Formats: sequence, C-alpha cells, structure tokens
Amino acid sequence: MALIETEGLTKRFGSVTALEGLTLEVAPGVTGLVGANGAGKSTLLKILLGLLPATQGTASVLDLDVATQGPAIRERVGYMPEHDCLPPDVSATEFVVHMARMSGLPTTAARERTADTLRHVGLDEERYRPMGGYSTGMRQRVKLAQALVHDPSLVLLDEPTNGLDPVGRDDMLRLIGRIGTEFGISVIVTSHLLGELERVCDGIVVIDGGRLTRHSTTASVTEQTAVVTVEVDGDQTELLERLRRATVPVHSEGRLLHVDVSDPAAYDSVRDAVAALGLGLVRMERQRHRMTEMFTGTPTAPEDAHV
Amino acid sequence: MSEPTPAAHTGAIHDIGYRRYDGRRLGAAYIRRSLFVDTLRGGYGLGRSARSKIMPFLLLGMMVLPAVVMGIVTGYFQAPSLPVQYTEYVILLQIAVTIFLGSQSPAVMSRDLRFRVAPLYFSRPLSRQQYVQAKYAGMAAALLILMGLPITLLLAGALLAELPLSDQLPDYLRAMAGAVLYAVVLAGIGLLVAAMTPRRGLGVAAVVGVLLVLSGLQIAVGEMAFEFGNTTFLGYTGLISPYTLVDGVVTGALGAEPSVGQGPPGVTGTAVFVAVTVLIVLGCYGALVARYRKALS
Repeated sequence: MALIETEGLTKRFGSVTALEGLTLEVAPGVTGLVGANGAGKSTLLKILLGLLPATQGTASVLDLDVATQGPAIRERVGYMPEHDCLPPDVSATEFVVHMARMSGLPTTAARERTADTLRHVGLDEERYRPMGGYSTGMRQRVKLAQALVHDPSLVLLDEPTNGLDPVGRDDMLRLIGRIGTEFGISVIVTSHLLGELERVCDGIVVIDGGRLTRHSTTASVTEQTAVVTVEVDGDQTELLERLRRATVPVHSEGRLLHVDVSDPAAYDSVRDAVAALGLGLVRMERQRHRMTEMFTGTPTAPEDAHV
Repeated sequence: MSEPTPAAHTGAIHDIGYRRYDGRRLGAAYIRRSLFVDTLRGGYGLGRSARSKIMPFLLLGMMVLPAVVMGIVTGYFQAPSLPVQYTEYVILLQIAVTIFLGSQSPAVMSRDLRFRVAPLYFSRPLSRQQYVQAKYAGMAAALLILMGLPITLLLAGALLAELPLSDQLPDYLRAMAGAVLYAVVLAGIGLLVAAMTPRRGLGVAAVVGVLLVLSGLQIAVGEMAFEFGNTTFLGYTGLISPYTLVDGVVTGALGAEPSVGQGPPGVTGTAVFVAVTVLIVLGCYGALVARYRKALS
C-alpha cells in the first residue's frame, strides 16, 4: 500500500503556479520533503490534508481521496505547522488535551493520551506551566505532541527543527526517527537542510518550483556527500599546500579547507599532513548538502550551515 | 492520569514504550459540541487564568444585582408591579452587555487567530463552518446567560412578592425570547469585529466602540426625527443600533411595550426589523466563515 499517491497534481493561485503536474508515490516510513521557500511544500501538505482543492490531478493519502474524504484523512493524520501556534496562557497539558478532543477522542482518553504523548516528546514538570514561558525547544515538543496525541497513522511535520540550537535539533531528529521506527507512525518531514533529513529519512522527495526534481532513497543521496570540512588552529595555507602536493582534491574558504573524500584515503592524508605540521585539529566535519547543490548539481562545498 | 507516576520523581523512568490508541474516535458532532462547551466556559474565563474570570463575573454581577434589588424592593413595599418591564431590562443595562461582549469576543474569537491556533483546528476533522458554528453558539450562549439570568431572577422576585404568575409570565417569555435575539445578534457583531481585529486591546476597543457609536448615532438621529415630527422615520431609526433593533422586533412581532422610542411603524416596519435582524445574523455568520477560509497559513 502506498502511503501517499499523487497523479498530475497541479495547484494554481490565480496566475501563480504552486504545484505543476506532481506525480509521486511515497511508501510508508520516514520521508523527507525538501525544497526551498516557495517550492510548494506547504501547498502540497495542505492539499494532502484535504484543506485546499487541487486545480488538476488527484491525490490520495492512506488510500483516501483528498478531494472527497478530507475529514476521514484528517482524523488519521497529525499536522505540525511550521509557525508558532501555541496560546501563551494555557499549560501544555490543557492545550494538548483540548486538541486531542478536537480530534474526536473522548475526554478520559484525551487525558491519558496527553500524559503519554508529552512524556514521549520529553516534556516533564513544565507541562503544567503556561506555555508563554517555554523555550523554543519546548514549544516545538508541544507542537509535535498535539500532532501525535490522537495516534495518527501519518504525521506531517513542517520544518520541525526550525529555530532550534544544534542540541535541540539532534533531539528533535532523534524523536522523529523514533516516531517512524518505535511508534510505527509514518512521517513526512520538510526541511531546508538535506543534511539533517538524511540522518532520519528512508526516502527523500525534492520539489522545486512545484515540480518533482528528485525522488530517491536517502542512501543514494548521501553517497554523493563527499566533502569534509577541516579546521585547524594555526596556518592552514601550509596544510593546503601539502594536501595539494598529495593530490588530494581540496580548496580553501577563509580559514576552512574543504576536502573531497570520495577516495577514503584522503582522510589519512589529512591526518598525516596535520600531524606532520604539528597543527591542532579543531574539527573535521562531514559536509552537508544544501538545497542549492541538489538543484545545480555542483558540490560547491559551502560553509557549514550548522555553526 | 492513568499511569503511576510517583517513581518519576525518584529518578527512575519507566518507559513502557509507545501505546497505540484503539478506542473510539467520535465524529464531527462530538467535536463541535466540545468546542461549543469550551467556548461557553471560556466566555466566563473558566478553564483560563484566574485573572480572566474577574471581568465576566463582575459584569454578570452588575447584571444580576439590580434585578435582585428590584425583587426585594417590590416585595418589601408590596408594590403592585415590578419597577421595570422585563423587556426593557437589557436596554437599561446595555452598557454591561456591551462591555461583556467587548471583553469576551476577542478572547473567544481572535485568540485562535492571533496565536495562529486555527490551522490546528482545520487540520482536524472539523470543517470551518462547524468551527464557526461552535464558536458563534458558544458566545451566544454566554450572552444568553448574562441576560437571561437577571430576567429570570426578576420573575422570581415578582413571584416572591406574590404578584400573580399569569400577569408576569407573558412579558417574561417575551423578554426571554428577546434575550435569545439579543444574544444571537450581538454575538454575531462582536465575533465578526473581533475576528477582523486580531490584536487583543484593539479588539476590545473595536467591539465596544462599534456598539457605542451605533447607540449614540441611533439616539442622535432619533432626536432629529423627533424634532421634525416625522414619526415613521423616528420608528425606523431603531434599525441603527442592535439594541433598538431587537427591541423593535420584540415590540412589533411579540407585542411588548417599546422600551425606547416607539418601536417599528406598523406591519411593514415590523417586517423590516425582522428582516434586518435575520440579515445581520446570516451576514455575520457568512463573513466569519469567509474570514476563516483564509486562516490556514
């Protein structure tokens, strides 16, 4: 059974085309939906929720037709919007209980599921405090909890790592991974950063300008991520020279060196060169793909978007 | 809470893993009813912070107190009738109703817009129409309690003063029908204005402002019509303010004494008042649904 199927899906807002003949089939599991701002990600999510009618084409979610069975889809799907959506004057518990009831759960069940779900997303004592005082990380957890509380078969997560610091980002990604594996709930997750999606996703869908650019399993995408960023405390020009002499593909960008590690031997060359020069190795980090590379196809080894 | 939690405080975490939910999922009717009850409670600040209960209960007190005093006075002096008509009670205390509507409509309506909670509702089974229906009905019910309770206490006071029920009941029923109309018309106007002004302070001022301006305008135009001696025109000036509009319907269609002015002129006038009332309610509902059609962003 396909989780999501679309056939020639097109959406126009007046003269603006948000989606253009999108045909894809997504299997159960964790799937990343990647695209720049305005690529049509949010429009696609709204059509899948049965909230926006498509101009042309058809789509089905969990074998339910989005055009005619919207309410049935929305009963079995959870949605976490990109933007902030939490009223500040109620506690997380009150809010999630309310949202569970709004999904059709009887009050007793709503209370039980809320306690369970808030524990799973990692919100402890603070769940009884008004949400106005929450950190971004806590707010993202509550947003995730309200999408999960009614035990959906599929959750749509719109930019769940937005605004999080690296630690919070890792926590969120780990949580998304658990939702897919441990909870057995299929996930569609959008992001600008391909690098973070490749860690948790089974498959990646890339859309640009409302068209499907690429649909692949994560493994085939990560294969091409072959750039390592090297930072040393000291003069990096000597290191650059030495690596070039050792015919390691490398180029510099400010204090950073970007090394092509398609040949794993390059790792050894870097290690040996750094050791020989007596430099301190600050970091060696596998470079993440960014959106632009996916579209242009040039591994330009940009600066790490993570710092 | 279903699971035993005390162990959590000692540092031991009992991870029992994710549990699926196999229980009942109730449909849109249940969800709409839940949202209605929530809205009604929210109108009186129940389920919200202690501070948000002050205003609605203060205003409820302001509405109820005069009715209680009138009942006591009537009984004490063995008066032959209550000092006010049931049907004019709301008009006399309209400022309290206006402030209640102004302070509570933003809490009921624009909260979901301001904090962008609305998309969470619309990604659930409820349709936008059902959402608006629940909110509208909830606000109208809150207003009905605000007006119906003191009118009912007036009746209780009259009966305790041993006034005959047969004299009191017809006018009481007219007043209660009027309270339902006031509730539906005012809730529509209040929610619509609040939905157009999502910022909180602005919403309160806008709702109160709109109603005060309309009342003032109605009085001013009425005075002018009175000066010119044009009684037909004078009757139609009641259309300007929602309070005189509903009073006109209660007077014309239900046969109450006019509380202000002289009510709608004749059968045509009554028909016009009823039509305008229906149009306002349908218009507010339609505009609210249209407003929420764009709310998922």
